[in-house]
Amino acid sequence: MMATSLLKKQRRIILLLVLLILLTGLTGLSIGSASLSYAQTLLALIGHGNPMDEFVIFDIRLPRLLITLLSGMALAASGAILQNLSRNDLADPGVIGINSGAGVAVAVYFLFAPVNHDSFTYILPIAAFIGAFITACLIYGFSYTKNAALEPVRFILVGVGFSLALSGLMIVIISSSDKQKVNFIASWLAGSIWGDGWPFILAVLPWLVVLIPFTLYKAQSLNLLSLHDTTSIGLGLPIQKERLILLAAAVGLAASSVSVTGSISFIGLMAPHLAKALVGPRSQLYIPIAVLIGGWLLMTADLIGHNIVPPDGIPAGIIVSLIGAPYFIYLFFRQKT
Amino acid sequence: MEFLFLTKIKKKMSGFMHAFSFTYKLFIALILLIVTFILALTFGAADLDMAKVFHAYFSHKTNESFNIFREIRLPREIGAILVGAALSVSGAIIQGLTRNPLADPGLLGLTAGANAALAVTMAFVPTASYLWLTVACFIGAAAGGLMVFGIGAVKKSLFSPVRMVLAGVAITAFLEAIAQGVALTFKISKDVSMWTAGGLVGTTWHQLQIITPIILIGLFLAVALSRQLTILSLNEEVAIAVGQKTLQIKILLLIIVIILTGCAVALVGNMAFIGLMIPHLVRPFVGTDYRFVIPISALFGASFMSLADLLGRTIHAPYETPVAAIITILGLPFFLYVVRKGGQLRS
Repeated sequence: MMATSLLKKQRRIILLLVLLILLTGLTGLSIGSASLSYAQTLLALIGHGNPMDEFVIFDIRLPRLLITLLSGMALAASGAILQNLSRNDLADPGVIGINSGAGVAVAVYFLFAPVNHDSFTYILPIAAFIGAFITACLIYGFSYTKNAALEPVRFILVGVGFSLALSGLMIVIISSSDKQKVNFIASWLAGSIWGDGWPFILAVLPWLVVLIPFTLYKAQSLNLLSLHDTTSIGLGLPIQKERLILLAAAVGLAASSVSVTGSISFIGLMAPHLAKALVGPRSQLYIPIAVLIGGWLLMTADLIGHNIVPPDGIPAGIIVSLIGAPYFIYLFFRQKT
Repeated sequence: MEFLFLTKIKKKMSGFMHAFSFTYKLFIALILLIVTFILALTFGAADLDMAKVFHAYFSHKTNESFNIFREIRLPREIGAILVGAALSVSGAIIQGLTRNPLADPGLLGLTAGANAALAVTMAFVPTASYLWLTVACFIGAAAGGLMVFGIGAVKKSLFSPVRMVLAGVAITAFLEAIAQGVALTFKISKDVSMWTAGGLVGTTWHQLQIITPIILIGLFLAVALSRQLTILSLNEEVAIAVGQKTLQIKILLLIIVIILTGCAVALVGNMAFIGLMIPHLVRPFVGTDYRFVIPISALFGASFMSLADLLGRTIHAPYETPVAAIITILGLPFFLYVVRKGGQLRS
C-alpha cells in the first residue's frame, strides 16, 4: 500500500505544477512581439478584450503554447516508460534514436507522398509512429540476446548508433530533394515548433488522451518491469507481452510529439528524473508529475527560444539541449555502475 | 568446448595471416589506395577521360576535362585521402589510448567541439582566415575531447567504454546545440552548415596547402609513437613497468588526435564512425600491434573516404549526397557489431 503521506505530497506537487504551468502560460501569452499586459491578456481570454489582442492570443500564441505543453507531456511520458523498460535513467526517445526514426518517416512522407492539405496534419503523426515503431523494433531486436533478456546499456548504445545513422539517412534523403522542402525539414530537425495551429493540437491530442491514461493504468506493470526479470516473471507478469505493448505506447507518445515539434531530446530524460527526485520511483506517483514537468519544461524552453532572438527565435530543441545535456552529465555522475 | 574449438581456429587463422609479412600487406593497402584514387578521379558528374587528362597535362594545353581535373577533382580527392587517413588514425589512437573499442573522434565530442568552435569563430570574427579557422577547430576539438575525457578522469570507477560513449553523446548534443544556436542567432547557419554538411565540396588548393603539412606531420608522429601506443594499450601497469613515461606519451598522443581531428573538421565538417570503423576493419588483418594498425588504418581510411566521396558524388549526380551521411549509414553495421561483440579490443 502506498503511504498516504506520499500521496498527499504528490497531490501538493501536482497542484503546484499546475499553478506554475498556468502562470508560465499567462506570461507566454503576454510577452512577444506585440506585448500585452496581464490584465489585457486575461480580459481577452474571457472574451472581453479588443479584437486585435484576441486574435494574437487565440490564433497565434495559445495554440503554440498548448502544442509545446502537450508534446512536452508526451515526451516525458515516453521517457518515463523507456527508463522503466530499459532500467536505465539515461534512456530518452531522442537520445536512443526513436525521434530520428520518426523524423525519417516524416521526411519521406513529406517529400514523396502527394500532400493533401486537409489530411496532412493528421497523417503526419501516423507516419511518424510507423517510422518510430520500426526503429524501436530494430533497436530492440539488435540489443536482444538469448541469455540476458534486455541489457539496458546495450539497448541505449544500439539506439545511439541508430540515431546517428538515421540522421545520416535523413541528410541523404534531404539532399536529393528540392530546396523549399529542404528548408522546412532542416528547421524541423533543429526542433523548432512548426505545427502551431489548432489542427495540430487536434492531431496530437487523441494520442495523448489515449496513451497517457494507458501508461498510468499500466503503472504497476512498469514498476515490475523495472525490477529484475526473474522477479517480474515470478510475480506472474507476462514480461515479453507487456514490454512490447509499453514500448509501443512509448513510441506512440514520442512519435506524436515529434510529428509536430520536430526532434527534441532530453525532455524525456529530465522530466521523469526530476519527478523521481521529488516523490520516489513508484510509477503511479512519479509519472503524473513527470508529465506535468515535461510539459512545463518544453513550454518554457520554447518561450525563451522564441523571444530571445527576434524575429525568428531559436528552436526550442536547441534550448532544451543546452539545458538538458549538462543535466545528462550530472545524472551520469550520480548513476552507479 | 565449442569455444575452445573456435579459439583454435582463430589461432590457426591468425598464424595464416601472419604468414604474409607486414610489408606485403602494406603493399596491398597501397595498391588499393592507388586504385580507388584513380577511380575517384575518373568518375563523377563529369566522367573524365584519363588519357585526355594526361595528354593535356603533358602537352601543356588546357581543355575542359583538364580544368575540371586540376581545379575541382584533384584537390577534392587529395582532401578525401587526407581526411580519411587523419580520422582513421585518430580513431585508432583513441581506441588504444582509452582501451575503448567504441572510441571514435566523432562519438567522443571532438568533432562536435571543433564544429562549435568553428561556428563561434565565424560569428564573432567574420573575417577570420582559413588558417585561423583551422586553429579554432583545434581548440574546439581539444575542448570537446577534454570535456568527455575529463568526466572519465574524475569518475574513473564508473568509466566503462559504453558509458564513455554516452557521455560523448551528451557532450556532442550540447556542443551541437551551441553551434546551431550561435549560427541561428548570428544568421550564419548557411555558412556553418556549408562546412558541417558540405563534406569535401569546394576543397581548394589553398586549404590543402595549410592542412596537408599538418596532417602529414600528425600521421608521421602517430607512426613514430605507435610502439608506445601498443604498450599503453595493453595495460597501464605494464607500460609503467617497462619504463614508459605514460603521462607524457598520453598527452602527446592526445595532441596528435586533436590535431588530426581538428584538421579533418576544418576540411570536411562533422563526421562520425569512420574512426571507429577503419581500425576495426584493419585489426583482423594485422593484429593488435599499433605499429601495424596505424599505417594500415591510414591507408584503408584514405581509400574508404575517397570511395565514400565517389559514392556521394555519383549516387545522385549531378547533386551531391553529403559524404558524412553516407559514412554514418555505412558505419552503423560496424557499430552494432562492435557493441554486440561486447567490446573486446584484442580479438
